[in-house]
Amino acid sequence: MILFLIYSILVYVYSDQHGQGSSPSGAAYAGWMVWQEHNCHACHQLYGLGGYMGPDLTNIAADEIKGKPAYLKVFIKYGSANMPDFHLSDLEADQLLAFLKWVNDSGHSAVAKESVHWSGTYIF
Amino acid sequence: MIQIDRLFARFSLSMLMLSIVAGVTASFAYLFPATFNGILPFHQFRPIHASAALFWIITGAACCVSYFSKRRSATFMVIWMVSIVLIFISYFFNRYGGREYWEFPPLLNLPLLIGWLFFMAAFIRKFSEEAPVYTWMWTSGIIFFLLTFLEQNLYHVPWFRASFLREVTVQWKANGSMVGAWNQMINGLSVVLLMVIGNNKGPAISKKAYFLFFLGLFNLMFNWGHHIYNVPNNNWMRGVAYGVSMTEWIILILIIRDFRRTLDHGRKLRHLVVYRFISAAELWVFANLFLALLMSIPAINRHTHGTHITVAHAMGTTIGINTMLLLAAFGQMMDIDQIADRTKRWILFAIRLNNASLAVFWLSLILAGLLKGYLTVDHADAVFSEVMLKVRPFLEAFTASGLGVMIALGIIACIYLKNTGRISYEDD
Repeated sequence: MILFLIYSILVYVYSDQHGQGSSPSGAAYAGWMVWQEHNCHACHQLYGLGGYMGPDLTNIAADEIKGKPAYLKVFIKYGSANMPDFHLSDLEADQLLAFLKWVNDSGHSAVAKESVHWSGTYIF
Repeated sequence: MIQIDRLFARFSLSMLMLSIVAGVTASFAYLFPATFNGILPFHQFRPIHASAALFWIITGAACCVSYFSKRRSATFMVIWMVSIVLIFISYFFNRYGGREYWEFPPLLNLPLLIGWLFFMAAFIRKFSEEAPVYTWMWTSGIIFFLLTFLEQNLYHVPWFRASFLREVTVQWKANGSMVGAWNQMINGLSVVLLMVIGNNKGPAISKKAYFLFFLGLFNLMFNWGHHIYNVPNNNWMRGVAYGVSMTEWIILILIIRDFRRTLDHGRKLRHLVVYRFISAAELWVFANLFLALLMSIPAINRHTHGTHITVAHAMGTTIGINTMLLLAAFGQMMDIDQIADRTKRWILFAIRLNNASLAVFWLSLILAGLLKGYLTVDHADAVFSEVMLKVRPFLEAFTASGLGVMIALGIIACIYLKNTGRISYEDD
């Protein structure tokens, strides 16, 4: 039990050593709330965690075409053939964009082939 | 008290019914979004299914542990059931908390926590160090459920939300260990059942049983990392999880080594309905453990993470192992082997139907996951909608076999719900 508690604290402290290092902006934090209140993870993944109906959105903000704010905002606001219209306001759509940009800045979801170590683990 | 106990058992079984019906409907909503989006879209079905499944497992485990340990808390049962009803009411009004498996508004975690504390207080009051292995399993399961439940809620502390990587790591650390916690509770039940139906105390006091208990506990605490292998945090986290996970090969080797003995044992107990559930679970333990071991190797996880293989593992374990063992425990509580032969035949038919359907269900998800993994990892420029189109035939097979699972578990749940009056309590 003591070992578990010590290990847990180490994980809490060191789980962001290589990451973004910056806290979410007010808009990104509000976008995170929008993400949760509309249960977006039921269909979308972040870092491969979440639902399977829609694409993984970890690095969508970095996509040269789909990541353009205007393009992404149309999807967020009106949905698609598979995604329902959540009737989000312009402000909520902008907040979601800020959240997705913040998530993108935290790292890459896909693991490059070069990161696979001979022992089977990844070295980032 | 007995009225509440029986209501609690019925409530658990109702969660199973709700879970399978919502699960199958959700899979249709997944296949035909255009039809369902206007009525009840997939993102509304999924929380109903996931929460019902989660509460079937936890409530069922708590109900059976309370019964076999004779340590019951009516306060826990009432608070727990009311909280779950409130959770489903919140879904009805589209109120979500948006966390994987805990998709309800976070305020409802409070009554769940209070209820669990009552359960824990009732259970731990009588703990002794010379207790048999199943008591150790139940105790560690109940304590670690509390710890991981609290950990799951650490995101309310702003420091945890200041970094997305930390938040996602802690969330999945808690989720991963929590699964281990309820597995401990359910594994403890299987030890009791083997002891009772085999009329042999061996499974509860053998060195092997204690070894497996400690191995399970060790993995509960440290092997959760496969959920977040691809999250760019410290390399040592992956190393620890990878190394610890590999200790589970020992369990697989023991299962293979003991296969002949298990078969002999099975021949003697084959006539018992309760044993049929246990032997079905043993088969799925082997299959899912093998799958889990492969997924715990990061180089393989690179292709399986975020694919339907994860779902195959999650559903394979909840339906094939947890549900089978809980149904065995409920069956023992109802003395189901003394029920009318005609009803017993229905249960045996349902077990066979469930096994066959689950096999197709499980394999379809694995094949869907393999294809998705290959297309998304090795062909990173593949368009998502085209990948899903290629995967679709496997998901159609998954949905069709899901109907078989629903019918099979539905038959058993209905029979059990009709027979909860057969559960006898010592204060009867």
